[in-house]
Amino acid sequence: MMSETTTPRRLLQGNEAIVHGAMAAGCRFFAGYPITPASEIAELLSILLPAADGTFIQMEDEIASMGAVIGASLAGVKSMTATSGPGFSLMQENLGFACVTETPLVIVNVMRGGPSTGLPTSPAQGDVQMARWGTHGDHPVVVLAASSVEDCFSITVKAFNISEKYRVPVILLSDEVVAHTRECVRLPAQTEIKVVDRIRPSVPPDWYKPYEGDSRGVPPMAALGDGYRHHITGLIHDEHGFPTQNRHEIERFHKRLTKKITKGFSDIQMSRGFLLEDAEIVVIAYGSVARPALRAVEDARRQGVKAGLLQLITLFPFPRGTVSTLLKQCRAALVPEMNMGQISREVQRVNQFDCAVVKHNRVDGQFITPLEIFKHLIKL
Amino acid sequence: MKIQKEKQNRYEIRFSGSGGQGLITAAVVFAEAVGVYDGKYVCQTQSYGPEARGGKSKAEVVISDQPIDYPKALELDLLLAMNQAACDAYFFDIKANGLLVVDSSLVEQYPTSRIITIPFTQIAKEEIGRELVANMVALGTIGFLCGRVDLANLEKALLARVPKGTEEMNSRALQRGIEEAQKIDVQGLPRAVMSEDDDL
Repeated sequence: MMSETTTPRRLLQGNEAIVHGAMAAGCRFFAGYPITPASEIAELLSILLPAADGTFIQMEDEIASMGAVIGASLAGVKSMTATSGPGFSLMQENLGFACVTETPLVIVNVMRGGPSTGLPTSPAQGDVQMARWGTHGDHPVVVLAASSVEDCFSITVKAFNISEKYRVPVILLSDEVVAHTRECVRLPAQTEIKVVDRIRPSVPPDWYKPYEGDSRGVPPMAALGDGYRHHITGLIHDEHGFPTQNRHEIERFHKRLTKKITKGFSDIQMSRGFLLEDAEIVVIAYGSVARPALRAVEDARRQGVKAGLLQLITLFPFPRGTVSTLLKQCRAALVPEMNMGQISREVQRVNQFDCAVVKHNRVDGQFITPLEIFKHLIKL
Repeated sequence: MKIQKEKQNRYEIRFSGSGGQGLITAAVVFAEAVGVYDGKYVCQTQSYGPEARGGKSKAEVVISDQPIDYPKALELDLLLAMNQAACDAYFFDIKANGLLVVDSSLVEQYPTSRIITIPFTQIAKEEIGRELVANMVALGTIGFLCGRVDLANLEKALLARVPKGTEEMNSRALQRGIEEAQKIDVQGLPRAVMSEDDDL
């Protein structure tokens, strides 16, 4: 007999699980432009959103898509878009606008081989640093990575929650393997899912300062049309939302944007450890590569090598604390990636110990195999 | 040894041919039967070129009683090749005691004598009346030969996926595939040339 907390087993693709996660998190607006390997997200949302009184709109391009997503979020609706590398490039300008206006939204970037049109149907992880630094200026964003169908659901929910709680754009990185792998999952019932909504102002409209942070540095957010006057600009603004040249206000603005994320580290920085207690070698992986990495670590253990896996779910803000602890404990860290070393440089950056940080890079459009990680691992 | 147990537990199938032959659909139906209806762990993946039709196409299904770490095939237990190019390209990925199943209406040169040849496309065209369902004939054969799926569940999964009005045709195709497989003496196939110690 099925209890209330279970739903039937279903065979789902990563992309489909992202859609179900978004719906469960309360997303009711999607604007986007189809692109391989992310198109299934738009396809399924075009069916589910209208049926749930939401809005699906296919825009003329990705620049406009981001504009529409920002507008919808400012109007009080949880919003998202989904794309791949070429589209993500086009979204960068408006992503900056979302950062400076502290607009909650989720961008799913299903990574494929790049640069440019690149390899549309091949997996890659080349957009990691771009996700963090793609738009100009100092800005806070949160970057998460999913590795399985189950992850695609739960991390999408988490992405919306973080975005709403901190008023920050969240980028969820997936890749062609994660997107198109089908697995059997039992999605949690809606009552089992923790959903966070943005805080609305509790003061009367006359008193409302749209960019005055609360104790966490996050300003309560009024929806356009709520009766709260709300000026929105890409210029650096004061607490009222109007442009400022005052150096104290400028500095306060920047520091608050950074501080609200720093203060939330324990909540935002997520990772998973496997066989780490007595590990002497740690493999640090994320996204689809965490899967061959786990198999390689288990194979190494059978050969008597004390290996463990740290799977990063949050890539940025980089989980420095967790990684440092392991670098201190281990004599070597192997970082397999489907790029030339975009996270290994972060690992290297926080390495203040006698740990050798070793890269393992694959950029031929193929998925990393457990055997190649294993072979590299046992030589360390 | 644990490593051997895990290896035996994992069963890997690749459906290969060219784009448009319905190989991904066949793999999805198979995965649904094994995962949703039989309740096993399953991962279904695919790879294809940027073309909508033609080009190489392959879809894989990994089955296990335990959670699956690596979602793609490592060493095939069973390869279905629906054209010559796929047969040539993927033959070497089969493990020593694995099975090679080819569509003999489309594959002319056999890379080994340890092979099962069935004219899926011809059966679909001449007996079922639609070349389109060659993938489902092949699915029936694979389902029977692998011994890892409940055939009634395979049919259930198939009927849940196909467009309305085509159930009878698809179901007949699946049954024809199963019948063809029943005629095969798997034990009587020549042993593989490669030594079993070669792997990993």
